[in-house]
Amino acid sequence: MEDILLIQAIERYLDGSMLPDEKAYFEQLRKNSPEIDQMVVEHSMFLNQLNALSDRQHFKQTLHQTHQKLVNEGVIDEGTIVHTQSKIVSLWHKYKRVTAIAASVAGAIAIITSAIFSYFSPAVNANQIQQLSKDIEVIKRNQQVQGNIINEVKSKLPENARLISGGTGFLIDPKGYLITNAHVLRGSGAIVVNNKGQEFTASIVNIDPKVDLAILKINDKDYKPLKYIPYNIAKNSGDLGEEIFTLGYPRNEIVYTQGYLSAKTGFDGDTLSTQIQMSAYPGNSGGPVLNKKGEVIGILSTRQTHADGITFAIQSKNIYHLVNHLNDSDTASGFSKIKLPAKSYLMNISREEQVKKMEDCVFLVKAYNN
Amino acid sequence: MTIFWVTFTPKSVLKVQPVKAELNEQALLKGLAENDTKAIETIYKNNFNMVQSFIINNNGTYDDARDIFQEAMIALYEKAKSESFVLTSKINTYVYSICRRLWLKRLQQMGRFVLQTDSLEETVQVEDDLEMHEKRNAEFTIMERALNSLGEPCKSLLEGFYLKKLDMQELAKAFGYTNADNAKNQKYKCLTRLKKLFFTQYNIGE
Repeated sequence: MEDILLIQAIERYLDGSMLPDEKAYFEQLRKNSPEIDQMVVEHSMFLNQLNALSDRQHFKQTLHQTHQKLVNEGVIDEGTIVHTQSKIVSLWHKYKRVTAIAASVAGAIAIITSAIFSYFSPAVNANQIQQLSKDIEVIKRNQQVQGNIINEVKSKLPENARLISGGTGFLIDPKGYLITNAHVLRGSGAIVVNNKGQEFTASIVNIDPKVDLAILKINDKDYKPLKYIPYNIAKNSGDLGEEIFTLGYPRNEIVYTQGYLSAKTGFDGDTLSTQIQMSAYPGNSGGPVLNKKGEVIGILSTRQTHADGITFAIQSKNIYHLVNHLNDSDTASGFSKIKLPAKSYLMNISREEQVKKMEDCVFLVKAYNN
Repeated sequence: MTIFWVTFTPKSVLKVQPVKAELNEQALLKGLAENDTKAIETIYKNNFNMVQSFIINNNGTYDDARDIFQEAMIALYEKAKSESFVLTSKINTYVYSICRRLWLKRLQQMGRFVLQTDSLEETVQVEDDLEMHEKRNAEFTIMERALNSLGEPCKSLLEGFYLKKLDMQELAKAFGYTNADNAKNQKYKCLTRLKKLFFTQYNIGE
């Protein structure tokens, strides 16, 4: 009961309906008793909360009324499109069976007609038949291409995965070991895609952010190991002025770019890398830089902003360091030692041939988070 | 009444004198904070269609558009009412930014990821405001939950008095109390209970 009287007093105090004497007395009371003071503060906060809720409810109501009014006045247009759509859907529901029957009758007639036609038509010469089969070949190939697209749609990305970054990677061992840049693998996992659009799941075997290199292993039953890798990895960094080229995925498609070696060190005299003159785009990261003999002399990694065509590649000898280190240290089961390709099969053949031979070894790397 | 003469200024004049346009916006916001129906309607009219087309174009329905827009209006309303209120952008930029954030968030909750295509529309930072708004929403939820667990007639009595701001005399009559004093007593008892419910929940930490 006393509580109620107190609350009553507090409420009257807060809404200012106390008489001056009473108010002075109450303020004195607040000063002397911290509990009462606390109660006043608490109650005032509580009432504010109630008032705010009241305001909000009132405002919500106003919003609804306003909305309705504007709809009636035609200022707001809601759902004429939805209406027509539902009409089509309902028509479809209504005539679904009729349509199905009509379609199957048409199909049956077509088959019978063609059977009769082929039975009664004269035999055609062999040449035409051959041409026909060629056509069928073409159709088959088209279907294969479509199949590929379907494969692409059914991505191997885990559900809810969000793509973080993409780059390029290339095989250094036919068993499925790839090298790429550490900065390409920013997410929690990665998949790789070959130049035909086929996706494979991959895991990170080793990553060294200092030299910005990483080794990926394709561990996907769909992956069929290649017989051999056509290029080898050079131990030296190449000569100034040497003509070089790269393959990479600045788009979803493999892209060829060429240039020349312009300096033996990288950005700011970095001795781990070299400078090359070539226009590179995001997505080229991790691509192999090859000389005309078909030796990988570097891994494309960065470019200088605001300067056109100045690109940097990590020297290929770093691949040896990384692989040797891994081969020496990793004794875990399931890891078979990486054997780097020793011989280039790309010498003395045209650039087109070189590219054709090696494009199966260059992959699009997609890093994701889930 | 300044609202009106500025509102009726011809558009061409507004373009030449941006100061007046700003004045107009200020007046609208002032009207909004004071629950002025004309001001609310004007802001609604000027912004709704833009938001609706954004949401429809991004996998939303007409109902979603209305929900999100009204949520943004509430955020703007409560911001306009606060003492520390300053308008740092134009109303339509602000409303659009809030709606955009709210909608992207809801899409993410539904597990649909949308690419954040950079639209040509200009947006402003609204993260802090939205955080405030969400905190307020949480507090209101606690209050509403506390009210609902009170039971009758306490709930209706308190709602009638504190939320619908009805007169005590009327309330007493409607509930069948013999006189207003009895009803008042009952109201205080209910209020004490509500307060206890509210603060236990509130202090547990939303």
